[in-house]
Amino acid sequence: MEQWARFLEINAPRILELTLDHAVLVSLAIVVALLIGVPLGIYLTTNEYLAGTVLQVASVTLTIPSLALFGIMIPIFSLINKGIGFLPAFVALVLYSQLPIIRNTYTAIKNVNPEMRDAAIGMGMKTHQRLWRVEIPNAMPVIMAGIRTAVVLNIGIAVIAAYIGAGGLGVLITQGISRGDNYLIISGSLAVALLAIIADGLLLLIQKRFTTKAVVE
Amino acid sequence: MITFNQVTKKYSSEKTAVKNVDFTVDEGKIVVLLGPSGCGKTTLLRMVNRLESITEGSIVIDDEDSMDLDAIELRRKIGYVIQSNGLFPNMTIEENVMIVPDLLGWNKKKKTERFTYLMKLIGLDPKIYKKRYPHELSGGQQQRIGVVRALAADPPVMLMDEPFGALDPIIREKIQDEFLQIQREVKKTILFVSHDIDEAIKMADKIMLLRDGEIMQYDTPSEMLTHPKNDFVNQFFGKDRAIKSLSLHTVKDLQEVIGLAEMDESIYDTKTINVNQDLRNTLSMLLNQEADQVIVTNDEGKRIGSITIDLVQKYLHFEIKGKLSVSQEG
Repeated sequence: MEQWARFLEINAPRILELTLDHAVLVSLAIVVALLIGVPLGIYLTTNEYLAGTVLQVASVTLTIPSLALFGIMIPIFSLINKGIGFLPAFVALVLYSQLPIIRNTYTAIKNVNPEMRDAAIGMGMKTHQRLWRVEIPNAMPVIMAGIRTAVVLNIGIAVIAAYIGAGGLGVLITQGISRGDNYLIISGSLAVALLAIIADGLLLLIQKRFTTKAVVE
Repeated sequence: MITFNQVTKKYSSEKTAVKNVDFTVDEGKIVVLLGPSGCGKTTLLRMVNRLESITEGSIVIDDEDSMDLDAIELRRKIGYVIQSNGLFPNMTIEENVMIVPDLLGWNKKKKTERFTYLMKLIGLDPKIYKKRYPHELSGGQQQRIGVVRALAADPPVMLMDEPFGALDPIIREKIQDEFLQIQREVKKTILFVSHDIDEAIKMADKIMLLRDGEIMQYDTPSEMLTHPKNDFVNQFFGKDRAIKSLSLHTVKDLQEVIGLAEMDESIYDTKTINVNQDLRNTLSMLLNQEADQVIVTNDEGKRIGSITIDLVQKYLHFEIKGKLSVSQEG
């Protein structure tokens, strides 16, 4: 216990800093992933043919081992002299979060009660009015579930990003492994787990705040 | 007024949902589209607000061909009520009711006034329900909201697709009565789909009976019941159509035609009914032997006579045979 106290006394500022780096990397990736994934998911509900293809590609992306995907990023981004560091890690994380976001958005909109859609059209709503006023609000819980999955997934995968020099909590763990330092490994892992739990809880709160009870039910 | 001119709907060269349908819904009247499932009644209704396309023919609403208007504009001019009420769970009652006025760009004051008026029409306190969500209301209340939502922008024409079909029988009857009351005030031109014969008889000024997309008969409910045009109509309304037709008449009608029986003051076991009660319920009460004498009271609660099975029978005979002889002469 005393050793832990001493370890934290020395390393706490660094752990905090790395946690912050980790959070920033994941948040930025998620924001961009949302900007791509949600509109794409919505668009796919109007294009069945493309939907099958896109969802399959996104599924395949998710099966690529994370270490391999980060590896692939290095030669590609070397072309613009950014082979290692923040950018390749960021792009890989965006790719990883696409599947849960696109799929959940697509499914959520598709599953909006057809009678509700019928009523909206029958009352004279234009397509975008129907989307914004009826379909998206009622699809919100499922879309949010996809976002939460993507966030938790990315917090885990971003650990590997330390190998290509993107920083974050992975640094603690990789250093711990190479030095045989259990304190580093454990503190790094716990920080990752905590970050994931807090992020998920925060998103759940946001979801509850912005959807009415009836929609959740 | 809605006029159907030789309207046909084909899904493919073999599959025809509606065949050369030709009829008019008069201003301020309720026409019920009735028929077995798959007869094309819902398709016909949905062609009016162009949720279904028209293959041949035209539908004219108040002198305007429905195809000449923009579909969005057309739909905002037509009230639309569906079976499951289609309320949006993410919106409050006020938002739900005010959807079409909102789409039409009404200002806040006008919307609030209209909302208050509509809620009073269905007997719900606007202040209490304004901020509530649909899931906080009972099924009957939700359906009432569904009806006033269609009335919100005061459209001249309303389409109702089995609006009360999902309600339990007791609530359904109550809401039907309420709706007829509202209709007396608002006088909309209404096309109403139903598969329930009793509902059709009760709600309709005229019934259109359809089979396989073709009109079997288009007539007033009593004409349909007493003088079915063909075997299909006869069978559809069933062997008890005479009894059904009694629900179109009240004790008052009977009193005016043949008069009531004298009351026998020596009988203790009596029951009273209001003079506005329909004859079908009255007959059921008589047949159930609920009392030895059934006394009729007027609106002031005054006892004005008694009614018997014999009288109902006499009245029915007069209604059917009487009209028959008139039509033969004509």
